[in-house]
Amino acid sequence: MEEQGLTQEIKPPVSTKGPGRWLKENLFNTWYNTILTCLALVFLFFAFKGFLTWAFTEAEWGVIPANFRLFMVGSYPQEQIWRVWTAIYILSVLMGLSAGLWGGLILRFVVVLSGVWFISALLPFDFELSTRGWCLGAIAMIAVSFFLGRDRTSLRSWILGGWILSFPVIMVVLRGFGENGVLTSRWGGLLLTLILAISGIVVSFPLGVFLALCRQSKLPVIRWVSTTYIEMVRGVPLITILFMGNVLIPIFMPGFDINQVLRMMLCLIFFSAAYMAENVRGGLQGVPRGQHEAAQAVGLNYVQTTLFIVLPQALRSVIPAIVGQFIALFKDTSLVSVIGLIDLLGVARSILANPKWLGLQAEVYLFVAFIYFVFCYAMSYASQDIETDLGVGKH
Amino acid sequence: MAAQENALNDPIIMCEDVHKWFDDFHVLKGITTSFQKGERAVICGPSGSGKSTFIRTLNRLEEHQRGTIIIDGVELTDDLRNINLIRQEVGMVFQQFNLFPHLTNLENITLGPIRVRKLTRTEAEEVALSLLERVDIADQAYKYPAEISGGQQQRVAIARALAMEPKIMLFDEPTSALDPEMISEVLDVMRELAHSGMTMLVVTHEMGFAREVADRVMFFDEGVVIEEAAPADFFDNPQHERTKLFISQTLQH
Repeated sequence: MEEQGLTQEIKPPVSTKGPGRWLKENLFNTWYNTILTCLALVFLFFAFKGFLTWAFTEAEWGVIPANFRLFMVGSYPQEQIWRVWTAIYILSVLMGLSAGLWGGLILRFVVVLSGVWFISALLPFDFELSTRGWCLGAIAMIAVSFFLGRDRTSLRSWILGGWILSFPVIMVVLRGFGENGVLTSRWGGLLLTLILAISGIVVSFPLGVFLALCRQSKLPVIRWVSTTYIEMVRGVPLITILFMGNVLIPIFMPGFDINQVLRMMLCLIFFSAAYMAENVRGGLQGVPRGQHEAAQAVGLNYVQTTLFIVLPQALRSVIPAIVGQFIALFKDTSLVSVIGLIDLLGVARSILANPKWLGLQAEVYLFVAFIYFVFCYAMSYASQDIETDLGVGKH
Repeated sequence: MAAQENALNDPIIMCEDVHKWFDDFHVLKGITTSFQKGERAVICGPSGSGKSTFIRTLNRLEEHQRGTIIIDGVELTDDLRNINLIRQEVGMVFQQFNLFPHLTNLENITLGPIRVRKLTRTEAEEVALSLLERVDIADQAYKYPAEISGGQQQRVAIARALAMEPKIMLFDEPTSALDPEMISEVLDVMRELAHSGMTMLVVTHEMGFAREVADRVMFFDEGVVIEEAAPADFFDNPQHERTKLFISQTLQH
């Protein structure tokens, strides 16, 4: 025995589990688990065999590339497609700059995005050459702005301002002016889905926070108004709100020409804000009273206490619920097809209505489902990443 | 004691017939007292006696419903400007520390000076670092509160209150939530603060601290001040039966 002082460091036992060992311990550890594992394997084999055979031999995937432009932008006119690319480039520049400035999650995001553009440019579909050029151009935009923005910390507030301005600017770019532009009724496909989802998320979040704060207010009138609003919206199905909005908004605001896309946007925002408010309220209630008291004792006023002490703690504790609401909103945009807008799902249905593509439901809906999944999973992934970044649960 | 006599006619806190109810429960039943500049008062009493509530009325964490409280010439009323003015002059240390968990220890301290006293970040950090030095935990500045011990957290909390350069410091059972071996490190800081001439009102069960540091010990029971005296008189020659009982009970262990 060598001398063993009290302070000797003992390392935790190292677990040396190879994959074979893991399989044995978890799947074949008892006779009944072995049987269950075998049965499950047989079941999975048949289930996937059917699907894979169909996917590789019977399925007519040709419907996807043939309608790719429809899926992406709906009936947006071909000769105006540069507007969409301009919008994408504006976002690319902002993302590239942000990635250079902040790194982390957004940097990983633009790397993946560049990969997607690169693959799109090389896809063996009969895209026009110009489309491939646009894709590669987007990568160039991201790369150049990334290097421009790198470590220029002084640019930060400008970039934030740029993000805020980007939304109205992109709307104008996409719409153009008057008859020479592109009427919103021709916006469609993934483009429309993204516009509705992003505007819904970006606007309903602050609105929801505001409503939640109002619901906690000491002033009864503010509290009642907010509570009434939240409960009324939550008591009505979204589809009803969309129908009502479509009919009622023009009646309430006769002087303005509010097109259908804008109407649906407003409906989604107001609907989502009510749910957002309840999620945020959950977080607000979780902030201990001592935090308010400590902030007051230091001399912070209500606005400062809310901004610097209460909201940061409240919001980080409800990130999963908030992102859940974002994801729900993204998928809910598919309901706008009930009033005749052709979003991603609407495009799928209109393609299937074309005699040329009759009977290809499985292929088309799988593709659409895949696109929805990619976006929703990205949001979910981002939320987990943000939680880790903020050290939720640690401090 | 000379300093105290000089300031004798210059009370920094004046309370006149202060009453407070929680719904129907009468917590404070007419407290009339005053505290001099630089005075160190220890407030003790059984739980539920209203001692915590009393010092919490002094910076308006609790609202008193009758009587007047005047802090450094400003009366505490519903006027938000007065409340904010007073809160800047009155620092408070809580039983549960109440540090802001999402901010580093340094940011906990600089928040008030930057947002309320309008110092620049550099100035505030300078102040904060020297205060952390003073409470002997400068090396923990960039950690989060959850990463340091309870005693260290309470010292950060004291530094946070001091960063506002208050004229008065209120301590609401500052050592009650601490493990025994950490109590002394917090009391040391408070002792040092007392010797620097700060006006201090301390609600505590630490009778050793009271005997050593206090100019005056006040005994609260059922919402009234039963007895107040210099520590020597209070501990060795208590007048009131309830005070005697309380002292014998607390000194038993």
